[in-house]
Amino acid sequence: MTSLPQPAPGATKLGLVIDLDTCVGCHACAVSCKEWNHGGASGPLPDYDSRGANPDGLWFNRIHSYETEGGACGSRTVNFPRSCLHCEEPQCVTVCPTGASYKRAEDGIVLVNPDICIGCKLCSWACPYGAREFDEDESIMKKCTLCVDRIYNETLPEAEREPACVASCPSRARHFGDLGDPNSAVSLLVLARGGVELMPELGYKPTNRYLPPRKAVVPTGPVEKPLRAGTGFSASLLSLVDRVLSR
Amino acid sequence: MTPSASVLLLTTLTGFGYGLLAWLGVFGAARGLPQQPWFGPLAIGFALAFASAGLLASTLHLGRPERAWRAFSQWRSSWLSREGVAAVLTYLPALAFAAFWWFDGPGAGTTLVAGLAAGAMGMITVACTAMIYASLKPVRHWNNAHTLPDYLLFALYSGALLLMLALALGGGDLKGAALLAAVLGLLGLVAKLAYWRHVDHAAPLATLGSAIGIRGATARPLDKPHFTQNYILREMGFQVARKHATRLRKIVIVCAFLAPTLLALAAAFGLWPAAMAFVAVILAACGLLAERWLFFAQAVHVAALYYGHEV
Amino acid sequence: MAKNINISQPVGDEVAYTTCYMCACRCGIKVHLKDGKLRYIEGNRKHPVNRGVLCAKGSAGIMTATSPSRLRKPLKRTGERGTGTFVEIEWDEAMAIVTDRLAKIRAKDPNRLAFFTGRDQSQALTGYFAQMFGTMNYAAHGGFCSVNMAAAGLYSIGGAFWEFGEPDWEHAKLFLMFGVAEDHDSNPIKLGLGVLKGRGAKFISVNPVRTGYSAIADEHVAITPGTDGLFVMALIHCLLEAGKIDTEFLVRYTNAHHLVIDAPGSADHGLIARNGDGIAWAFDRDTGSLVAADAKGINPALLGACKLPDGRNAQPAFALLAQRYTDPAYAPEAVAGRCGLDARDIRRIAAEIAEVAFNQPVILNQPWTDSAGVRHETMVGRPVAMHAMRGVSAHSNGFHTCRAIHVLQMLIGAIDSPGSWRYKSPYPKPIPPGPAPGGHQRQANGALDFPPLGFPRCPQDLLVGDDGEALRLDRSFSWEAPLGLHGMMHMAIGEAYAAGRERVDTLFLFMANMAWNSAMNPAESSRMLTARDPDGQYRIPFVIVADAFASETVAYADLVLPDATYLERYDCISLLDRPIGSAHGPADAIRVPVIKPDRDVRPFQDVLLDLAGRLKLPNFVDADARPLYKSYPDYMVRHQRKPGVGPLAGFRGADGNAIGKGDPNPDQIASYVGNRAFWRHHLPADQLYFKHGNRGYLEGAKAMGLIDSSDQIVLNLYSEIMQRFRLAAEGHGTHQPPERLRESNRRFMDPLPIWYQPVEEAENDIRAFPLHALTQRPMPMYHSWGSQNQWLRQILPENRLYLHTSLAKRHGLANEDWVNLTSRNGSITCQVRLMDGLAPDTVWTWNAIGKRSGTWALAKDAPESQRGFLLNHVISEYLPPDSSGHRRSNSDPVTGQAAWFDVMVRIEPCRAPPRTSQPQFPALPPPHAPATKARS
Ligand SMILES: Nc1nc2c(c(=O)[nH]1)N[C@H]1C(S)=C(S)[C@@H](COP(=O)(O)OP(=O)(O)OC[C@H]3O[C@@H](n4cnc5c(=O)[nH]c(N)nc54)[C@H](O)[C@@H]3O)O[C@H]1N2
Ligand SMILES: Nc1nc2c(c(=O)[nH]1)N[C@H]1C(S)=C(S)[C@@H](COP(=O)(O)OP(=O)(O)OC[C@H]3O[C@@H](n4cnc5c(=O)[nH]c(N)nc54)[C@H](O)[C@@H]3O)O[C@H]1N2
Ligand code: SF4
Ligand code: SF4
Ligand code: SF4
Ligand code: SF4
Ligand code: SF4
Ligand SMILES: [Mo]
Repeated sequence: MTSLPQPAPGATKLGLVIDLDTCVGCHACAVSCKEWNHGGASGPLPDYDSRGANPDGLWFNRIHSYETEGGACGSRTVNFPRSCLHCEEPQCVTVCPTGASYKRAEDGIVLVNPDICIGCKLCSWACPYGAREFDEDESIMKKCTLCVDRIYNETLPEAEREPACVASCPSRARHFGDLGDPNSAVSLLVLARGGVELMPELGYKPTNRYLPPRKAVVPTGPVEKPLRAGTGFSASLLSLVDRVLSR
Repeated sequence: MTPSASVLLLTTLTGFGYGLLAWLGVFGAARGLPQQPWFGPLAIGFALAFASAGLLASTLHLGRPERAWRAFSQWRSSWLSREGVAAVLTYLPALAFAAFWWFDGPGAGTTLVAGLAAGAMGMITVACTAMIYASLKPVRHWNNAHTLPDYLLFALYSGALLLMLALALGGGDLKGAALLAAVLGLLGLVAKLAYWRHVDHAAPLATLGSAIGIRGATARPLDKPHFTQNYILREMGFQVARKHATRLRKIVIVCAFLAPTLLALAAAFGLWPAAMAFVAVILAACGLLAERWLFFAQAVHVAALYYGHEV
Repeated sequence: MAKNINISQPVGDEVAYTTCYMCACRCGIKVHLKDGKLRYIEGNRKHPVNRGVLCAKGSAGIMTATSPSRLRKPLKRTGERGTGTFVEIEWDEAMAIVTDRLAKIRAKDPNRLAFFTGRDQSQALTGYFAQMFGTMNYAAHGGFCSVNMAAAGLYSIGGAFWEFGEPDWEHAKLFLMFGVAEDHDSNPIKLGLGVLKGRGAKFISVNPVRTGYSAIADEHVAITPGTDGLFVMALIHCLLEAGKIDTEFLVRYTNAHHLVIDAPGSADHGLIARNGDGIAWAFDRDTGSLVAADAKGINPALLGACKLPDGRNAQPAFALLAQRYTDPAYAPEAVAGRCGLDARDIRRIAAEIAEVAFNQPVILNQPWTDSAGVRHETMVGRPVAMHAMRGVSAHSNGFHTCRAIHVLQMLIGAIDSPGSWRYKSPYPKPIPPGPAPGGHQRQANGALDFPPLGFPRCPQDLLVGDDGEALRLDRSFSWEAPLGLHGMMHMAIGEAYAAGRERVDTLFLFMANMAWNSAMNPAESSRMLTARDPDGQYRIPFVIVADAFASETVAYADLVLPDATYLERYDCISLLDRPIGSAHGPADAIRVPVIKPDRDVRPFQDVLLDLAGRLKLPNFVDADARPLYKSYPDYMVRHQRKPGVGPLAGFRGADGNAIGKGDPNPDQIASYVGNRAFWRHHLPADQLYFKHGNRGYLEGAKAMGLIDSSDQIVLNLYSEIMQRFRLAAEGHGTHQPPERLRESNRRFMDPLPIWYQPVEEAENDIRAFPLHALTQRPMPMYHSWGSQNQWLRQILPENRLYLHTSLAKRHGLANEDWVNLTSRNGSITCQVRLMDGLAPDTVWTWNAIGKRSGTWALAKDAPESQRGFLLNHVISEYLPPDSSGHRRSNSDPVTGQAAWFDVMVRIEPCRAPPRTSQPQFPALPPPHAPATKARS
């Protein structure tokens, strides 16, 4: 059913919070996503021309890098992981003619049912974030599942029930949780760090949030003026080592 | 957006087909059609052939055409689904139109009603098609006030040209249809120019800064995630060279609108009407295909922002 | 609901723990298997290195395990060397060939075997093999990697950056990182940066390029390559000027107060004055007399001069240091231009260091006792942490630059204190940490006196002939590289070629792609590997390559020994080798086979043990000359380097409860397997800091066999060892450098850090070659072998040359344009990409992405060879000849560290863009034949 579930206030909204302040752009999340999903419920994630001239393949998560100018942090390089944001009002779901694309009422996860997708690609056109990719081998659409086959997987120990990309991220720049609950760890993090939606102007109300880069400073007094050339040892140095030392 | 042949064929051929169907209904009601029993069914068949060819072509676009039937299920939310439903539903009044024409006669009330209904359903189908694109928020070249009226107008225009040809072939009086086509051609031209003016000047949907969540900053791509091609780039990263696009726009102006309009006028004034109508349809078909190609090719998807494209 | 997705599917039917080897970081992994096939690899959450996280390469491991580029069977060359024409042979035949060859060499002159081992972590075994075989011509990858860091650290603080230490991520408030793109501590650094930034600490990255770690730095210092030493000395200048020095730390833990003999011209000028017991003198200000520097309760002078008992003058080491760096030549204003920085920024950073170190100390309520027996109620730390790697080490002034950083750390008391840089177990070690290099003598059984790689402390320890020239093939431990601790692999091929058949019979290369990305000049290396003498014989008679994949170098082998890949074999990540211990205590790990090889390959360590048995090498066979070890795991358990000390430190002793030292335990491997393939020991809280002077720690470490003595490890602010070499260069003693190297040794063997323009750069015409050219490690690729992985190669199948936007503008270049990049060594043609976060006079590219066409089982027209390129083609392992016609190696003159980043270039836009990057080399056929038939 591609009509969107009625959003109940306080309903669970599972999603990711990605910290652009610490993302080093290592692609770990992208590859672990590929690995998990390749053998998981959405698998395989095909590769095309894997040893040839145009290596290409299907990924649910891709890591860009940008150089930015202006903004709170000034001139800076920003690594930017891009995957499905599990939007609250995603057109990728409503445009789907078959009901293959759907948003789960219970947790907001947006999924594709591979058994009924006709591969019309319209959902990928409807996604402003480029989050859906077409499986050229199976001729159906695939996308990030928020690792639905991990986060609820009862065969996994409790601690491991988190998305593969979150588990692998070496700088721990990825967080997973319920953004519908204002008191969840992720919601508090978003609040504390001023987490943002991507392209809010499109009106999709993404669930995922990105934490903007920040800039730590060490406050110091006014930097002392250089000594005149040739003065040799400064008084401060001399007085310092004049202090009684004891081994 | 990458223009795919099947989608180009779908949108232009159904325009011709449903446009013709609409005019058959209207002209039928106005008794502007040849009254021979064979004319109605043949012309309607002609219209349905165009529309069906377009619809068939569109299924080629599907990854899993064998599952196409599933596309009828989501009419409550999906314009693509609605298009499918409308297209199928259109066959009912259209076939009834033909049957009533044959059995009840061209002038019968049943025929008249069926004709108008078929025409309306055809235009609804066209509207659904238009809305598939017009509703897609990430593509500002589609998601605007022009798309729906343009689709309808171009369908009516190409339908009028086809009707002119049908009348020429069927020995009817094509003057009305030809004048109509000429008027619609000019309107179409104006609409297309207005559309281009709009898309060339409208503000971008978003900035890269907003796309990556860095407010108030300008951003420039440094590295792509993957060096070679990928689905998003193939599907949404299509870019036409400006020079190429300008040339194509000229072709559209002349081929799709100006030339067929002139030819229709010539036909209206009795200058080799059949030949004029025939050439007009061919030219318009080519011109409208080019127009549709541009409609896709020049449309930029906001996701292409991530790859540094301008949107 | 998930109507279509089974959300509770078991991941697999089997789980195994082992250690990743998609790179040398040694993370713990949990491997899921389904029907005997790999299903999923994830990080081992309990593992001390990665604590559950896994990098891109690690996750891609399942694609390496099935990669078509894996070697399948031993190969014997049939056609011309270098054409990649082989016939597959059986292991029996391969082993017979090697045994026969090596036996003859050993009988005649063991040094004619040159054994070089690259990317491995089995140096404890390969080095031992070389020692027992009796060849001094053994080196490991550190020489072309980061021996500058190792040497500067081990000779200054008894530990080092690289992978021997780590910042105190939990407590540091200011972190300075010099020249790091990725490093061996790949996941730990990322984990650490996440923690550090999460705590709001400030991270400064000193790096010409702003990508990766530098991208997330709070401040990016876009330094001009090769000038870090100046920058650091300017920081030292500012701190001295402001008196922001931790004098307590200096007198407690360093030799700052040791008196240095001031008697210019005499043979002991600049050495430390010692009493009859060999203890350094200090000047006690309270009593106005000379006292033993390590005496308790003294008030030692740090400045001034005094008289020694023999009447000569002496000064505290610190005074010499202060004299040098307070000189206006080191003022920020004097160095800023050279460094490409603003003097005000340097002053501000110095002020930030002072602020954090002295106004925001970290105080842990943890009593402890120092080596002098003084009990301290708290641990007071200077929370300024530093880390440096190849941006410093890969320049020919890297040793001194790295020492300068260590000096800065010592001056502010930021060595192994809370919030600072910390030793990773088993460090600290005495300075220097081990015996001199073996090669001076051979035992009766043919083995070398000591391991071939050692630690010289004076000119007598060098391996030089009567003429003062190198005895070792690679020139390590000669006057060209007195502290060449890791050997100089980058010289191996060139010098084997130059030496000829009389000195080298067999070049045995293990896990190093030495004809390609670890060659400083691949075209030259390939030429030398295939060169023939006038009699038609190959100049390097025999080449054995032990590799796991179809690399470029495989084509240059006469015999290829195919290794198993990492999920198919046992390995030992040993404390005797490259440790995985952390500041929290020692740790080691094993690799266990989780899948069976589907090809006729053998783990190299098994092969080496087999070979040692066949050659009847001492300590590898018993009294009856029967092999001692039946396999590598058997060796891991039973081999003892010293009584009670073996490859694995955990679960020792008959009951498996001994740590560090203990009898071999037959169940040791099972215990490791039961403990998820690793062992770690948590140090008690009072031993976690100040390990170099922490009595509890030093005694415990001695008991564990990590060090031989529990004496305090006095940090060398001033390096007396360096001065010994310098004195020789000044004409003192029996061992002096040859004339051509006298001046450079006098200059470079300075006991205090110096800065000099990188050697190649200095000899370069700056107008002809005005730009610095660098490489960086891409995070998702490991050197040459990421490309064979079908997932990783999608990320980076080709590389670009990155230019600063302003430079590009000057040349009218846009993204993807082609340029010629020329150094005095050669030229490459490649495409460019523009960026702003880059020092304007620097260009750079990713390392080792370019591949030779046809290698790694990639299509001949793969982007790796068509548009990818190596910067190496414009580098050279030799400097131009000096006046005597001698060509020095392009290395740090102290350590022999390959100076990859010294190269200077110019760029010119291509008038006629080529279709492929240049140079191109003839495509190689895949080395393994589809059938076991010869092809030519
Ligand atoms: N331009 C430039 N060049 C550089 C550097 C640079 O920064 N810039 N860095 C230098 C440095 S620091 C280093 S360490 C060197 C590294 O250079 P190399 O030591 O040559 O390293 P790799 O490319 O990793 O090659 C290692 C070889 O090991 C093989 N191998 C991989 N896994 C296994 C295995 O399990 N068993 C066996 N037997 N073989 C295996 C691979 O197939 C490959 O042929 O490069 C150096 N070269
Ligand atoms: N993913 C991955 N990890 C690896 C490897 C790999 O191939 N891939 N290789 C491993 C090996 S063998 C090694 S040796 C380590 C090396 O790890 P790193 O030390 O991180 O080595 P590089 O990637 O060569 O990075 C050198 C950095 O120094 C900067 N730099 C160059 N010149 C200067 C300078 O003069 N001053 C300063 N301040 N910076 C400078 C460069 O811009 C670059 O960022 O990484 C190891 N880890
Ligand atoms: S990110 Fe795209 S695919 Fe994901 S829910 Fe939003 S619109 Fe749909
Ligand atoms: S591609 Fe599949 S999921 Fe997407 S809109 Fe079409 S049918 Fe729905
Ligand atoms: S949540 Fe799962 S599917 Fe989505 S990006 Fe992360 S790993 Fe991939
Ligand atoms: S794994 Fe983490 S640090 Fe690496 S690219 Fe993904 S989000 Fe960034
Ligand atoms: S850093 Fe990555 S490749 Fe290296 S050992 Fe760890 S997980 Fe494996
Ligand atoms: Mo290295």
